[in-house]
Amino acid sequence: MDKLVYLDNSATTKISESVLSAMMPWLTEQYGNPSSLYTIGREAKAAIDHAREQVAAAIGAKPREIFFTGCGTESDNWAIKGTAHRLAQRGKKHIITSVFEHHAVLHSCQALEKEGFEVTYLPVDSEGYVNPADVEKAIRPDTALVTIMYANNEIGTIQPIKEIGRICREKKVWFHTDAVQAIGNVRINVEEENIDMLSLSGHKIHAPKGVGALYIRQGIFLDNFMDGGAQENRRRAGTENLASIVGLGQAMEDAHQGLEEKAARLTALRDRLMDGLLAIPHTRLNGGRDNRLCTNVNISFEGIEGEGLLLWLDMSGIAASSGSACTSGSLDPSHVLLAIGLPHGIAHGSLRLSLGRYNTDEDVDKALEVIPAVVEKLRAMSPVWQRIAQNS
Amino acid sequence: MYSAKVMDHFANPRNVGELADANGIGEVGNEKCGDIMKIYLKVENEVITDVKFMTFGCGAAIATSSMATELIKGKSLSEALTLTNQAVVEALDGLPPVKIHCSVLAEQAIKTAIADYYTRQGIDPTPIVGELKSDCHDCDCH
Repeated sequence: MDKLVYLDNSATTKISESVLSAMMPWLTEQYGNPSSLYTIGREAKAAIDHAREQVAAAIGAKPREIFFTGCGTESDNWAIKGTAHRLAQRGKKHIITSVFEHHAVLHSCQALEKEGFEVTYLPVDSEGYVNPADVEKAIRPDTALVTIMYANNEIGTIQPIKEIGRICREKKVWFHTDAVQAIGNVRINVEEENIDMLSLSGHKIHAPKGVGALYIRQGIFLDNFMDGGAQENRRRAGTENLASIVGLGQAMEDAHQGLEEKAARLTALRDRLMDGLLAIPHTRLNGGRDNRLCTNVNISFEGIEGEGLLLWLDMSGIAASSGSACTSGSLDPSHVLLAIGLPHGIAHGSLRLSLGRYNTDEDVDKALEVIPAVVEKLRAMSPVWQRIAQNS
Repeated sequence: MYSAKVMDHFANPRNVGELADANGIGEVGNEKCGDIMKIYLKVENEVITDVKFMTFGCGAAIATSSMATELIKGKSLSEALTLTNQAVVEALDGLPPVKIHCSVLAEQAIKTAIADYYTRQGIDPTPIVGELKSDCHDCDCH
Protein backbone atom coordinates (compact mmCIF):
# COMPACT_ATOMS: atom_id res chain seq x y z
CA MET A 1 0.00 0.00 0.00
CA ASP A 2 1.16 3.51 -0.82
CA LYS A 3 1.51 6.11 1.89
CA LEU A 4 -1.76 6.72 3.75
CA VAL A 5 -3.52 9.88 2.62
CA TYR A 6 -4.92 11.06 5.92
CA LEU A 7 -7.85 13.42 5.37
CA ASP A 8 -9.51 13.09 8.76
CA ASN A 9 -7.64 15.69 10.81
CA SER A 10 -10.88 16.83 12.43
CA ALA A 11 -11.13 13.37 13.98
CA THR A 12 -7.60 13.40 15.32
CA THR A 13 -4.06 14.28 14.27
CA LYS A 14 -0.64 12.75 14.32
CA ILE A 15 1.59 13.78 17.23
CA SER A 16 4.22 16.16 15.88
CA GLU A 17 7.93 15.56 16.38
CA SER A 18 8.26 18.78 18.31
CA VAL A 19 5.47 17.77 20.70
CA LEU A 20 6.84 14.28 21.15
CA SER A 21 10.33 15.50 21.93
CA ALA A 22 8.95 18.04 24.41
CA MET A 23 7.06 15.22 26.11
CA MET A 24 9.79 12.57 26.21
CA PRO A 25 11.60 13.67 29.39
CA TRP A 26 8.30 13.68 31.27
CA LEU A 27 7.53 10.15 30.10
CA THR A 28 10.93 8.85 31.16
CA GLU A 29 13.30 10.31 33.77
CA GLN A 30 11.17 13.27 34.87
CA TYR A 31 8.44 11.25 36.52
CA GLY A 32 7.91 13.36 39.61
CA ASN A 33 4.46 14.18 40.91
CA PRO A 34 3.90 17.91 40.38
CA SER A 35 2.45 18.14 43.90
CA SER A 36 5.64 16.82 45.51
CA LEU A 37 8.09 19.12 47.28
CA TYR A 38 11.38 17.59 46.18
CA THR A 39 13.29 18.56 43.05
CA ILE A 40 11.73 16.31 40.40
CA GLY A 41 8.28 17.24 41.74
CA ARG A 42 9.04 20.94 41.55
CA GLU A 43 10.42 20.51 38.04
CA ALA A 44 7.22 18.79 37.00
CA LYS A 45 5.22 21.65 38.49
CA ALA A 46 7.34 24.15 36.58
CA ALA A 47 6.75 22.22 33.35
CA ILE A 48 2.99 22.44 33.87
CA ASP A 49 3.22 26.14 34.65
CA HIS A 50 5.16 26.63 31.42
CA ALA A 51 2.52 24.73 29.44
CA ARG A 52 -0.16 26.87 31.07
CA GLU A 53 1.68 29.99 29.90
CA GLN A 54 1.96 28.58 26.38
CA VAL A 55 -1.77 27.84 26.19
CA ALA A 56 -2.72 31.19 27.70
CA ALA A 57 -0.46 33.13 25.33
CA ALA A 58 -1.97 31.43 22.30
CA ILE A 59 -5.51 32.62 23.08
CA GLY A 60 -4.83 35.93 24.78
CA ALA A 61 -5.63 34.69 28.28
CA LYS A 62 -3.81 34.84 31.59
CA PRO A 63 -2.09 31.64 32.74
CA ARG A 64 -4.27 31.38 35.85
CA GLU A 65 -7.34 31.28 33.61
CA ILE A 66 -6.24 27.98 32.00
CA PHE A 67 -7.29 24.68 33.57
CA PHE A 68 -6.06 21.37 32.17
CA THR A 69 -8.63 18.62 31.70
CA GLY A 70 -8.79 15.11 30.28
CA CYS A 71 -10.26 16.10 26.90
CA GLY A 72 -12.47 18.56 25.06
CA THR A 73 -15.54 16.65 26.18
CA GLU A 74 -14.59 17.07 29.83
CA SER A 75 -14.04 20.79 29.27
CA ASP A 76 -17.51 21.10 27.74
CA ASN A 77 -19.13 19.08 30.52
CA TRP A 78 -17.40 21.12 33.19
CA ALA A 79 -18.24 24.50 31.63
CA ILE A 80 -21.90 23.67 31.07
CA LYS A 81 -22.78 21.60 34.13
CA GLY A 82 -20.49 23.63 36.39
CA THR A 83 -22.19 26.85 35.32
CA ALA A 84 -25.68 25.38 35.56
CA HIS A 85 -25.16 23.98 39.04
CA ARG A 86 -23.49 27.16 40.28
CA LEU A 87 -26.04 29.59 38.87
CA ALA A 88 -29.08 27.46 39.75
CA GLN A 89 -28.41 28.65 43.30
CA ARG A 90 -29.31 32.13 42.04
CA GLY A 91 -32.44 30.85 40.32
CA LYS A 92 -30.90 30.75 36.85
CA LYS A 93 -31.96 27.50 35.25
CA HIS A 94 -32.00 28.29 31.53
CA ILE A 95 -29.31 27.49 28.96
CA ILE A 96 -29.07 28.53 25.32
CA THR A 97 -27.22 26.45 22.76
CA SER A 98 -27.63 25.48 19.10
CA VAL A 99 -29.05 22.38 17.46
CA PHE A 100 -25.79 21.47 15.76
CA GLU A 101 -23.33 21.44 18.65
CA HIS A 102 -20.98 18.56 19.28
CA HIS A 103 -22.54 15.76 21.33
CA ALA A 104 -20.35 16.73 24.30
CA VAL A 105 -22.41 19.93 24.49
CA LEU A 106 -25.77 18.57 23.36
CA HIS A 107 -25.72 15.60 25.71
CA SER A 108 -24.53 17.76 28.63
CA CYS A 109 -27.54 20.01 27.99
CA GLN A 110 -29.86 17.02 27.75
CA ALA A 111 -28.53 15.68 31.05
CA LEU A 112 -29.33 19.05 32.65
CA GLU A 113 -32.85 18.96 31.20
CA LYS A 114 -33.39 15.72 33.10
CA GLU A 115 -32.40 17.59 36.26
CA GLY A 116 -35.04 20.24 35.58
CA PHE A 117 -33.04 22.84 33.64
CA GLU A 118 -34.58 24.40 30.56
CA VAL A 119 -32.59 24.47 27.32
CA THR A 120 -33.23 26.51 24.17
CA TYR A 121 -31.75 24.92 21.05
CA LEU A 122 -31.29 27.69 18.49
CA PRO A 123 -31.66 26.78 14.82
CA VAL A 124 -28.92 27.37 12.27
CA ASP A 125 -29.44 28.67 8.74
CA SER A 126 -29.01 26.55 5.61
CA GLU A 127 -25.35 27.62 5.36
CA GLY A 128 -24.64 26.47 8.90
CA TYR A 129 -24.49 29.68 10.91
CA VAL A 130 -26.16 30.75 14.16
CA ASN A 131 -27.80 34.18 13.97
CA PRO A 132 -26.65 36.40 16.88
CA ALA A 133 -30.08 38.09 16.87
CA ASP A 134 -31.59 34.72 17.77
CA VAL A 135 -29.26 34.50 20.75
CA GLU A 136 -30.31 37.96 21.88
CA LYS A 137 -34.01 37.10 21.58
CA ALA A 138 -33.60 33.85 23.49
CA ILE A 139 -31.88 35.39 26.53
CA ARG A 140 -34.19 35.59 29.57
CA PRO A 141 -33.71 36.90 33.11
CA ASP A 142 -33.08 33.32 34.25
CA THR A 143 -30.56 32.46 31.51
CA ALA A 144 -27.39 31.08 33.09
CA LEU A 145 -25.30 30.31 30.03
CA VAL A 146 -25.02 30.62 26.27
CA THR A 147 -22.87 27.91 24.70
CA ILE A 148 -22.21 28.09 20.95
CA MET A 149 -19.40 26.26 19.18
CA TYR A 150 -16.61 28.31 17.60
CA ALA A 151 -16.54 26.22 14.43
CA ASN A 152 -18.67 23.25 13.53
CA ASN A 153 -16.87 19.91 13.57
CA GLU A 154 -18.63 18.48 10.52
CA ILE A 155 -19.10 21.38 8.14
CA GLY A 156 -16.42 23.75 9.42
CA THR A 157 -18.58 26.88 9.60
CA ILE A 158 -17.10 29.55 11.88
CA GLN A 159 -19.74 31.17 14.07
CA PRO A 160 -20.08 34.90 14.81
CA ILE A 161 -18.47 34.39 18.21
CA LYS A 162 -17.38 37.96 18.90
CA GLU A 163 -20.90 39.28 18.27
CA ILE A 164 -22.56 36.56 20.35
CA GLY A 165 -20.01 37.26 23.09
CA ARG A 166 -20.81 40.97 22.98
CA ILE A 167 -24.53 40.28 23.38
CA CYS A 168 -23.90 37.95 26.32
CA ARG A 169 -21.58 40.47 27.96
CA GLU A 170 -24.24 43.18 27.60
CA LYS A 171 -26.93 40.95 29.03
CA LYS A 172 -24.58 39.72 31.75
CA VAL A 173 -24.92 36.08 30.71
CA TRP A 174 -21.91 33.78 30.76
CA PHE A 175 -20.71 32.68 27.35
CA HIS A 176 -18.93 29.41 26.64
CA THR A 177 -17.60 28.23 23.29
CA ASP A 178 -16.40 24.80 22.24
CA ALA A 179 -13.38 25.76 20.16
CA VAL A 180 -12.00 22.25 19.73
CA GLN A 181 -12.11 22.44 15.91
CA ALA A 182 -11.14 26.09 15.60
CA ILE A 183 -8.04 26.07 17.78
CA GLY A 184 -4.90 26.12 15.68
CA ASN A 185 -6.81 27.00 12.51
CA VAL A 186 -8.19 30.39 13.52
CA ARG A 187 -6.48 33.02 15.66
CA ILE A 188 -8.60 33.37 18.77
CA ASN A 189 -8.42 36.08 21.41
CA VAL A 190 -10.72 35.46 24.34
CA GLU A 191 -10.54 39.07 25.54
CA GLU A 192 -11.32 40.67 22.20
CA GLU A 193 -14.03 38.15 21.44
CA ASN A 194 -15.86 38.46 24.76
CA ILE A 195 -15.46 34.78 25.60
CA ASP A 196 -15.97 33.71 29.22
CA MET A 197 -15.14 30.03 28.81
CA LEU A 198 -13.49 28.13 25.99
CA SER A 199 -12.91 24.39 25.52
CA LEU A 200 -9.95 23.03 23.60
CA SER A 201 -8.42 19.64 23.01
CA GLY A 202 -4.86 18.45 22.44
CA HIS A 203 -5.24 15.69 19.91
CA LYS A 204 -6.75 17.93 17.23
CA ILE A 205 -3.55 20.00 17.13
CA HIS A 206 -0.84 17.32 17.10
CA ALA A 207 -0.69 16.74 20.86
CA PRO A 208 -1.70 13.37 22.30
CA LYS A 209 -5.21 12.13 23.03
CA GLY A 210 -6.39 12.43 26.62
CA VAL A 211 -5.57 16.05 27.35
CA GLY A 212 -7.59 19.22 26.96
CA ALA A 213 -8.09 22.55 28.64
CA LEU A 214 -10.82 24.89 29.72
CA TYR A 215 -10.25 28.63 29.75
CA ILE A 216 -12.30 30.19 32.55
CA ARG A 217 -12.22 33.99 32.66
CA GLN A 218 -11.01 35.42 35.93
CA GLY A 219 -13.95 36.10 38.22
CA ILE A 220 -16.06 33.22 36.98
CA PHE A 221 -16.52 30.37 39.40
CA LEU A 222 -18.02 27.05 38.37
CA ASP A 223 -18.95 24.10 40.50
CA ASN A 224 -16.08 21.64 40.41
CA PHE A 225 -16.42 18.68 38.13
CA MET A 226 -13.72 16.54 39.72
CA ASP A 227 -13.41 16.60 43.49
CA GLY A 228 -10.20 15.54 45.20
CA GLY A 229 -6.78 17.07 45.69
CA ALA A 230 -5.64 20.65 45.27
CA GLN A 231 -4.48 20.43 41.65
CA GLU A 232 -5.38 23.11 39.12
CA ASN A 233 -5.86 25.75 41.79
CA ARG A 234 -8.29 23.43 43.63
CA ARG A 235 -10.69 23.48 40.73
CA ARG A 236 -9.91 20.28 38.86
CA ALA A 237 -8.60 17.50 41.06
CA GLY A 238 -6.49 14.55 39.98
CA THR A 239 -2.77 14.06 39.44
CA GLU A 240 -1.87 15.95 36.31
CA ASN A 241 -1.34 14.18 33.00
CA LEU A 242 2.13 15.68 33.06
CA ALA A 243 3.66 14.64 29.75
CA SER A 244 0.46 15.28 27.81
CA ILE A 245 0.03 18.70 29.37
CA VAL A 246 3.57 19.55 28.31
CA GLY A 247 2.65 18.25 24.84
CA LEU A 248 -0.48 20.40 24.74
CA GLY A 249 1.52 23.49 25.67
CA GLN A 250 4.04 22.82 22.93
CA ALA A 251 1.28 22.07 20.40
CA MET A 252 -0.49 25.34 21.20
CA GLU A 253 2.73 27.28 20.75
CA ASP A 254 3.52 25.50 17.47
CA ALA A 255 -0.01 25.94 16.12
CA HIS A 256 -0.04 29.67 16.75
CA GLN A 257 3.39 30.41 15.28
CA GLY A 258 2.77 31.60 11.73
CA LEU A 259 -0.86 30.51 11.94
CA GLU A 260 -1.96 32.88 9.17
CA GLU A 261 0.63 31.55 6.68
CA LYS A 262 -0.31 27.95 7.46
CA ALA A 263 -4.00 28.75 7.13
CA ALA A 264 -3.40 30.39 3.75
CA ARG A 265 -1.63 27.25 2.47
CA LEU A 266 -4.42 25.01 3.74
CA THR A 267 -7.12 27.28 2.31
CA ALA A 268 -5.59 26.90 -1.16
CA LEU A 269 -5.46 23.11 -0.76
CA ARG A 270 -9.01 23.05 0.58
CA ASP A 271 -10.36 25.10 -2.31
CA ARG A 272 -8.70 22.91 -4.90
CA LEU A 273 -10.09 19.79 -3.24
CA MET A 274 -13.54 21.32 -2.85
CA ASP A 275 -13.79 22.63 -6.40
CA GLY A 276 -12.44 19.40 -7.84
CA LEU A 277 -15.14 17.39 -6.09
CA LEU A 278 -17.90 19.87 -6.85
CA ALA A 279 -17.14 19.30 -10.54
CA ILE A 280 -18.81 15.89 -10.12
CA PRO A 281 -22.47 16.29 -11.18
CA HIS A 282 -25.17 16.26 -8.49
CA THR A 283 -22.94 17.18 -5.59
CA ARG A 284 -23.35 19.96 -3.06
CA LEU A 285 -21.12 21.71 -0.58
CA ASN A 286 -22.44 21.50 2.96
CA GLY A 287 -21.87 24.67 4.97
CA GLY A 288 -21.02 28.14 3.69
CA ARG A 289 -17.82 28.78 1.77
CA ASP A 290 -16.96 32.03 3.55
CA ASN A 291 -16.23 31.89 7.27
CA ARG A 292 -15.23 28.28 6.99
CA LEU A 293 -12.30 26.44 8.55
CA CYS A 294 -9.34 26.28 6.18
CA THR A 295 -9.26 22.54 6.83
CA ASN A 296 -12.85 21.50 6.12
CA VAL A 297 -14.50 20.07 3.01
CA ASN A 298 -17.95 18.52 3.41
CA ILE A 299 -19.72 17.38 0.29
CA SER A 300 -22.82 15.33 -0.46
CA PHE A 301 -22.94 13.09 -3.49
CA GLU A 302 -26.52 12.39 -4.49
CA GLY A 303 -27.48 8.77 -5.03
CA ILE A 304 -24.87 7.10 -2.83
CA GLU A 305 -24.45 6.26 0.82
CA GLY A 306 -21.41 7.44 2.76
CA GLU A 307 -20.23 4.23 4.35
CA GLY A 308 -19.64 2.48 1.05
CA LEU A 309 -17.67 5.52 -0.06
CA LEU A 310 -15.49 5.41 3.08
CA LEU A 311 -14.83 1.69 2.67
CA TRP A 312 -13.68 2.21 -0.92
CA LEU A 313 -11.53 5.16 0.09
CA ASP A 314 -9.97 3.07 2.84
CA MET A 315 -9.16 0.33 0.34
CA SER A 316 -7.53 3.01 -1.80
CA GLY A 317 -5.44 4.33 1.10
CA ILE A 318 -7.50 7.41 1.96
CA ALA A 319 -8.87 8.01 5.47
CA ALA A 320 -11.98 10.21 5.68
CA SER A 321 -15.31 10.36 7.49
CA SER A 322 -18.99 10.68 6.69
CA GLY A 323 -22.21 12.01 8.16
CA SER A 324 -23.89 8.81 7.13
CA ALA A 325 -25.92 6.96 9.73
CA CYS A 326 -24.00 3.79 9.08
CA THR A 327 -20.82 5.29 10.45
CA SER A 328 -22.41 6.69 13.57
CA GLY A 329 -23.77 3.45 14.99
CA SER A 330 -27.32 4.78 14.74
CA LEU A 331 -29.70 4.77 11.81
CA ASP A 332 -30.02 8.53 11.63
CA PRO A 333 -27.66 10.58 9.54
CA SER A 334 -25.70 13.45 11.08
CA HIS A 335 -27.72 15.89 13.19
CA VAL A 336 -25.56 18.67 11.74
CA LEU A 337 -26.55 17.92 8.15
CA LEU A 338 -30.20 17.58 9.11
CA ALA A 339 -29.94 20.92 10.99
CA ILE A 340 -28.90 22.75 7.81
CA GLY A 341 -31.92 21.26 6.09
CA LEU A 342 -30.48 18.39 4.08
CA PRO A 343 -32.98 15.62 3.28
CA HIS A 344 -32.05 12.28 4.88
CA GLY A 345 -31.17 10.70 1.53
CA ILE A 346 -28.61 13.38 0.73
CA ALA A 347 -27.25 13.53 4.28
CA HIS A 348 -26.47 9.80 4.05
CA GLY A 349 -24.24 10.47 1.05
CA SER A 350 -21.95 13.01 2.68
CA LEU A 351 -18.19 12.96 2.91
CA ARG A 352 -16.04 15.02 5.27
CA LEU A 353 -12.42 15.56 4.32
CA SER A 354 -10.39 17.48 6.87
CA LEU A 355 -6.92 18.73 6.10
CA GLY A 356 -4.00 19.23 8.44
CA ARG A 357 -0.43 20.35 8.71
CA TYR A 358 1.01 17.27 7.01
CA ASN A 359 -1.24 17.24 3.94
CA THR A 360 0.35 18.05 0.60
CA ASP A 361 -0.64 18.83 -2.97
CA GLU A 362 -0.03 15.16 -3.76
CA ASP A 363 -2.66 14.16 -1.18
CA VAL A 364 -5.21 16.37 -2.89
CA ASP A 365 -4.20 14.94 -6.29
CA LYS A 366 -4.76 11.42 -4.99
CA ALA A 367 -8.15 12.30 -3.49
CA LEU A 368 -9.25 13.93 -6.74
CA GLU A 369 -8.15 10.87 -8.67
CA VAL A 370 -9.81 8.28 -6.41
CA ILE A 371 -13.05 9.89 -5.18
CA PRO A 372 -14.76 10.61 -8.55
CA ALA A 373 -14.14 7.02 -9.65
CA VAL A 374 -15.56 5.59 -6.41
CA VAL A 375 -18.62 7.84 -6.64
CA GLU A 376 -19.18 6.63 -10.19
CA LYS A 377 -18.82 2.99 -9.17
CA LEU A 378 -21.33 3.31 -6.31
CA ARG A 379 -23.76 5.34 -8.41
CA ALA A 380 -23.67 2.66 -11.11
CA MET A 381 -25.25 0.21 -8.67
CA SER A 382 -27.62 2.63 -6.93
CA PRO A 383 -31.37 2.55 -7.62
CA VAL A 384 -31.55 6.11 -6.27
CA TRP A 385 -29.01 7.29 -8.82
CA GLN A 386 -30.89 5.34 -11.50
CA ARG A 387 -33.90 7.59 -10.83
CA ILE A 388 -31.85 10.80 -10.62
CA ALA A 389 -30.14 9.98 -13.93
CA GLN A 390 -33.49 9.20 -15.61
CA ASN A 391 -34.98 12.51 -14.47
CA SER A 392 -32.11 14.72 -15.56
CA MET B 1 -15.85 -4.63 11.73
CA TYR B 2 -16.77 -6.60 8.60
CA SER B 3 -15.76 -10.18 7.82
CA ALA B 4 -13.50 -10.90 4.87
CA LYS B 5 -16.50 -12.33 3.04
CA VAL B 6 -18.56 -9.18 3.55
CA MET B 7 -15.68 -7.10 2.24
CA ASP B 8 -15.31 -9.41 -0.75
CA HIS B 9 -19.00 -9.13 -1.66
CA PHE B 10 -18.89 -5.37 -1.08
CA ALA B 11 -15.80 -4.83 -3.23
CA ASN B 12 -16.71 -7.39 -5.90
CA PRO B 13 -20.47 -7.55 -5.84
CA ARG B 14 -21.99 -10.45 -7.79
CA ASN B 15 -25.02 -9.97 -10.05
CA VAL B 16 -24.99 -6.19 -9.93
CA GLY B 17 -26.97 -4.21 -12.48
CA GLU B 18 -30.34 -4.14 -14.17
CA LEU B 19 -32.07 -7.01 -15.98
CA ALA B 20 -33.79 -5.85 -19.15
CA ASP B 21 -36.05 -8.91 -19.46
CA ALA B 22 -36.86 -9.28 -15.77
CA ASN B 23 -40.34 -10.60 -15.05
CA GLY B 24 -40.27 -9.94 -11.31
CA ILE B 25 -38.94 -6.76 -9.67
CA GLY B 26 -38.93 -5.91 -5.98
CA GLU B 27 -37.78 -2.73 -4.26
CA VAL B 28 -37.66 -2.26 -0.49
CA GLY B 29 -36.28 0.23 2.00
CA ASN B 30 -36.24 4.00 1.83
CA GLU B 31 -33.78 6.79 1.40
CA LYS B 32 -34.52 8.17 4.83
CA CYS B 33 -33.04 5.10 6.49
CA GLY B 34 -30.20 5.02 4.01
CA ASP B 35 -30.92 1.63 2.42
CA ILE B 36 -32.79 0.78 -0.77
CA MET B 37 -32.54 -2.60 -2.50
CA LYS B 38 -33.99 -3.45 -5.86
CA ILE B 39 -33.97 -7.05 -7.08
CA TYR B 40 -34.64 -8.13 -10.67
CA LEU B 41 -35.65 -11.73 -11.37
CA LYS B 42 -35.88 -13.68 -14.58
CA VAL B 43 -38.16 -16.63 -13.85
CA GLU B 44 -38.64 -19.52 -16.26
CA ASN B 45 -40.75 -22.56 -15.33
CA GLU B 46 -40.77 -21.52 -11.67
CA VAL B 47 -36.95 -21.39 -11.65
CA ILE B 48 -34.88 -18.23 -11.15
CA THR B 49 -32.65 -18.38 -14.20
CA ASP B 50 -31.14 -14.96 -13.69
CA VAL B 51 -31.04 -12.34 -10.97
CA LYS B 52 -29.57 -8.86 -10.64
CA PHE B 53 -29.62 -6.17 -7.98
CA MET B 54 -29.19 -2.45 -7.50
CA THR B 55 -28.52 -1.16 -3.99
CA PHE B 56 -28.20 2.23 -2.34
CA GLY B 57 -26.74 1.63 1.07
CA CYS B 58 -23.81 0.85 3.27
CA GLY B 59 -21.21 -1.86 2.78
CA ALA B 60 -23.39 -4.43 4.50
CA ALA B 61 -26.38 -3.56 2.33
CA ILE B 62 -24.34 -4.10 -0.83
CA ALA B 63 -22.78 -7.33 0.47
CA THR B 64 -26.10 -8.82 1.64
CA SER B 65 -27.71 -7.99 -1.73
CA SER B 66 -24.83 -9.68 -3.52
CA MET B 67 -24.90 -12.78 -1.30
CA ALA B 68 -28.69 -13.09 -1.38
CA THR B 69 -28.71 -13.04 -5.20
CA GLU B 70 -26.01 -15.72 -5.24
CA LEU B 71 -28.06 -17.89 -2.89
CA ILE B 72 -31.21 -17.82 -5.05
CA LYS B 73 -29.69 -17.98 -8.51
CA GLY B 74 -30.77 -21.18 -10.26
CA LYS B 75 -33.15 -22.05 -7.43
CA SER B 76 -36.87 -22.72 -7.75
CA LEU B 77 -39.22 -20.04 -6.46
CA SER B 78 -40.29 -22.25 -3.56
CA GLU B 79 -36.66 -22.76 -2.56
CA ALA B 80 -35.95 -19.04 -2.87
CA LEU B 81 -38.89 -18.29 -0.59
CA THR B 82 -37.30 -20.33 2.19
CA LEU B 83 -34.23 -18.08 2.21
CA THR B 84 -34.00 -16.34 5.58
CA ASN B 85 -32.01 -13.31 6.55
CA GLN B 86 -30.16 -15.55 8.99
CA ALA B 87 -28.95 -17.73 6.11
CA VAL B 88 -27.60 -14.62 4.35
CA VAL B 89 -25.83 -13.53 7.53
CA GLU B 90 -24.29 -16.98 7.99
CA ALA B 91 -23.17 -17.15 4.38
CA LEU B 92 -21.34 -13.85 4.95
CA ASP B 93 -19.64 -15.16 8.13
CA GLY B 94 -21.70 -12.79 10.24
CA LEU B 95 -22.63 -9.11 10.33
CA PRO B 96 -22.24 -6.52 13.09
CA PRO B 97 -25.48 -6.31 15.16
CA VAL B 98 -26.39 -2.84 13.82
CA LYS B 99 -26.25 -4.23 10.28
CA ILE B 100 -28.62 -7.16 10.73
CA HIS B 101 -31.45 -5.04 9.30
CA CYS B 102 -29.61 -5.07 5.96
CA SER B 103 -30.02 -8.84 5.76
CA VAL B 104 -33.72 -8.51 6.63
CA LEU B 105 -34.01 -6.03 3.80
CA ALA B 106 -32.36 -8.50 1.38
CA GLU B 107 -34.81 -11.24 2.34
CA GLN B 108 -37.73 -8.85 1.92
CA ALA B 109 -36.44 -7.62 -1.45
CA ILE B 110 -36.39 -11.17 -2.80
CA LYS B 111 -39.88 -11.92 -1.47
CA THR B 112 -41.17 -8.66 -2.96
CA ALA B 113 -39.67 -9.52 -6.36
CA ILE B 114 -41.22 -13.00 -6.27
CA ALA B 115 -44.59 -11.50 -5.30
CA ASP B 116 -44.28 -9.14 -8.26
CA TYR B 117 -43.61 -12.11 -10.53
CA TYR B 118 -46.77 -13.88 -9.32
CA THR B 119 -48.82 -10.69 -9.64
CA ARG B 120 -47.66 -10.34 -13.25
CA GLN B 121 -48.73 -13.93 -13.84
CA GLY B 122 -52.22 -13.08 -12.56
CA ILE B 123 -51.69 -15.07 -9.38
CA ASP B 124 -52.44 -13.58 -5.95
CA PRO B 125 -49.02 -13.70 -4.23
CA THR B 126 -50.23 -13.32 -0.65
CA PRO B 127 -51.03 -17.03 0.03
CA ILE B 128 -47.64 -18.04 -1.42
CA VAL B 129 -45.29 -15.27 -0.28
CA GLY B 130 -47.08 -14.04 2.84
CA GLU B 131 -47.36 -10.47 4.08
CA LEU B 132 -44.62 -8.25 2.78
CA LYS B 133 -42.75 -5.60 4.65
CA SER B 134 -41.74 -3.12 2.03
CA ASP B 135 -39.95 -0.88 4.51
CA CYS B 136 -37.09 -1.34 6.93
CA HIS B 137 -39.57 -2.22 9.63
CA ASP B 138 -37.14 -2.65 12.47
CA CYS B 139 -35.44 0.64 11.93
CA ASP B 140 -35.93 3.37 14.50
CA CYS B 141 -35.09 6.36 12.37
CA HIS B 142 -38.58 7.83 12.10
